[in-house]
Amino acid sequence: MLLGRTANGLYWMNRYIERAENMARLVDAGLRMALTRTQDASEEWNSVLLSAGSDFAFSQKYQDYTAANVSDFLLRDTSNPSSTMSSIETARNNARMVRTALTRETWESINEAWMSLKRMLARPVDERDLPTVLDAIKRETALIRGSFYGTMLRNEIFDFSQLGTYVERADNTARILDVKYYVLLPSLSWVGSTLDNYQWESILRSVSAHRSYRWVYEADYKPTNIADYLILNVRMPRSLTFCYRFLGEHLKFLADDYGERHACHATAEKIQAMLRKGSIKDIFDHGLHEFLHEFIRDNTRLGDEIAQDYRFY
Amino acid sequence: MASEGSTRLAAFDEMLPEVSGLRRPYEAYDRWLKEQDPARLTQKMQDAERVFRKTGITFAVYGEQEASERLIPFDIVPRILSGQEWRRLMQGIEQRVQALNAFLDDIYHRQEILRAGRVPKDLIARNEAFLPEMIGVRPPAGVYTHIIGVDIVRISENEFYVLEDNARTPSGVSYMLENRETMMQLFPELFQKIKVRPVENYPQLLRQSLAAVRPQTAKGTPTIAVLTPGSYNSAYFEHAFLADQMGVQLVEGQDLRVVDGHVAMRTTEGYKQIDVLYRRVDDAFLDPLTFRPDSALGVPGIMDVYRAGNITIANAPGTGIADDKAIYSYMPEIVEFYTGRKAILGNIPTWRCSEPDSLKYVLEHIGELVIKEVHGSGGYGMLVGPAATKKECEAFANKLQAKPSNYIAQPTLALSTCPILTEKGLSPRHVDLRPYVLVSDRIQIVPGGLTRVALKEGSLVVNSSQGGGTKDTWVLDD
Repeated sequence: MLLGRTANGLYWMNRYIERAENMARLVDAGLRMALTRTQDASEEWNSVLLSAGSDFAFSQKYQDYTAANVSDFLLRDTSNPSSTMSSIETARNNARMVRTALTRETWESINEAWMSLKRMLARPVDERDLPTVLDAIKRETALIRGSFYGTMLRNEIFDFSQLGTYVERADNTARILDVKYYVLLPSLSWVGSTLDNYQWESILRSVSAHRSYRWVYEADYKPTNIADYLILNVRMPRSLTFCYRFLGEHLKFLADDYGERHACHATAEKIQAMLRKGSIKDIFDHGLHEFLHEFIRDNTRLGDEIAQDYRFY
Repeated sequence: MASEGSTRLAAFDEMLPEVSGLRRPYEAYDRWLKEQDPARLTQKMQDAERVFRKTGITFAVYGEQEASERLIPFDIVPRILSGQEWRRLMQGIEQRVQALNAFLDDIYHRQEILRAGRVPKDLIARNEAFLPEMIGVRPPAGVYTHIIGVDIVRISENEFYVLEDNARTPSGVSYMLENRETMMQLFPELFQKIKVRPVENYPQLLRQSLAAVRPQTAKGTPTIAVLTPGSYNSAYFEHAFLADQMGVQLVEGQDLRVVDGHVAMRTTEGYKQIDVLYRRVDDAFLDPLTFRPDSALGVPGIMDVYRAGNITIANAPGTGIADDKAIYSYMPEIVEFYTGRKAILGNIPTWRCSEPDSLKYVLEHIGELVIKEVHGSGGYGMLVGPAATKKECEAFANKLQAKPSNYIAQPTLALSTCPILTEKGLSPRHVDLRPYVLVSDRIQIVPGGLTRVALKEGSLVVNSSQGGGTKDTWVLDD
């Protein structure tokens, strides 16, 4: 038996852990672009902010899209509710609230991540130290994930946690693609330029897939392959299909456990079916931007339905 | 501002009294200690702090923004009681707890003790801790206060006094458990050498005890839950800890509502009935329909369910009338009235400032006394005469004269000391003791309790909110 409030806490704890890490990954990709391209770095940082869903809030506070401003806003700024620091703080507050549902190892790893990142992000990060800080963020979240997978019982507590992780991750991947969808469109005349290569690599880097891509496609970057990889690949852990495979699985566990199906089950199945039967060609024919737009909307709806069906509030 | 409470009283040291040399209960420990490398002990002290911070054993201090989560300092030298000392304390505590429950039952029913003139009627009728809503209500199994923390101080080899009866929602038991856990992690070899009676089974005992007082209407295994005000409460760690250790749900007011005449919690599968609620929310916030209407921490209508006998609330609403500081001074009479015997554990002599003669005495001797607010807690709003400046005493005297009934006074006692480990080696500090008592169809006391220690040299204030620390408390299996 699980309290609705506890399920809610687990769901959001995991969404925010995922988000804390995603922010670091986005900054990492932006930093890489800034290093490899001398011109127009500000446009690149702008698209990083768009992917993070933080462009508007940023523009309220800053004029210039510089590495220092953007990384500070996305990593440290506690007035930005999605920054790594805010996210880890929210994740920990949720963990504190659901503490009785977590193993000691899981709680301690979250608490330690919070303590160490709070220390590390107490002052503005010098650009030279940025890579070290980004590594540390990824390491802390990896430690949380490790102790979570290593010690948690596979029950409803685990299911609600995973739902949070994958709803957040699917949203994140879809947004990254949507911000850059135009560089993936095959109709562009300058396909294959050095500039494109950087753009493509940046997309892959922001989902930590720039190396694994090559293992799978054994070839240079190609926009359709990149889109295929991030949308349809079943084995790529940040692809939309991968996320929905696990969302479907955990929702099914819950339905079996409780002996009851809800609206969220139908929604997840509908999205899964769409991902399963579509080819990347169909998606491009339909319009990549339209596809992603609908996906983000449906994914958000799934989150709302889960909250309602399982009495989060 | 509260006073530091520094005094230079000749105190009884529980390890090494000046007159008689090393005391028996500490002999084995002392032998072990002498073999230890001081550098290693210092290291262990730091290890302990890391363990506590890592597991998040913190408490919140109200009014301090920066340090909203602080550790209660832990000292690695145990406070040790012999089996014999403990047995004597147990008898005294049992008697006192029986009397507390009998008093509560009486005060909310026939009020024999008031008719007999042993406790003044005024003291009850005008007391905020007395809940008229509880008149005529008999809780399941007839138990009012299920979990009690009796604060005990020691003056000499054979003199123990009760400082306070905490009959509402005493806290700190998680520290008793974590202190032992930490000591066993740091010094496993010590527990091989010395047989210390275990305290680890407290959560099971608590669970059994709560199950035993379930309402008569509850069928099968009762559903128990711990009610917390939420994760921002200063004792939240303890609430979560106890729910976890008992294997029961930790609920907040927002999770609960009254469904079909029962209190139920909102789960992912719908509402589920609760039979026993171990609440860590104050009376005033328990039911907005009965008490404070602005409370979001309680359950609207829970008092109706309670009066219908469909839920056990532990501790019962209205138990505060038994541990009120104004009632405290009548405890010797109360114990004798209900148990027919003299109190085994004495009270500290107390002047009730509401009585003109006492007030006169207190004002004349303000520099020698400890003066407390009747409804205060946590060491706030008190004056420790011998440690206060003349100015502070005068200011307090004015407050006292303005509202005498708001205060009681007690002699400044030389609380016993126990050594703590400092940078310069062992050094004595004043301590008190809070054993935890569970009441159901029987009374159970876990051997030990929470020893609080004033870390500042000479200080008599042991409260964690004011620089107090804790120690592991050992009852020897001898």
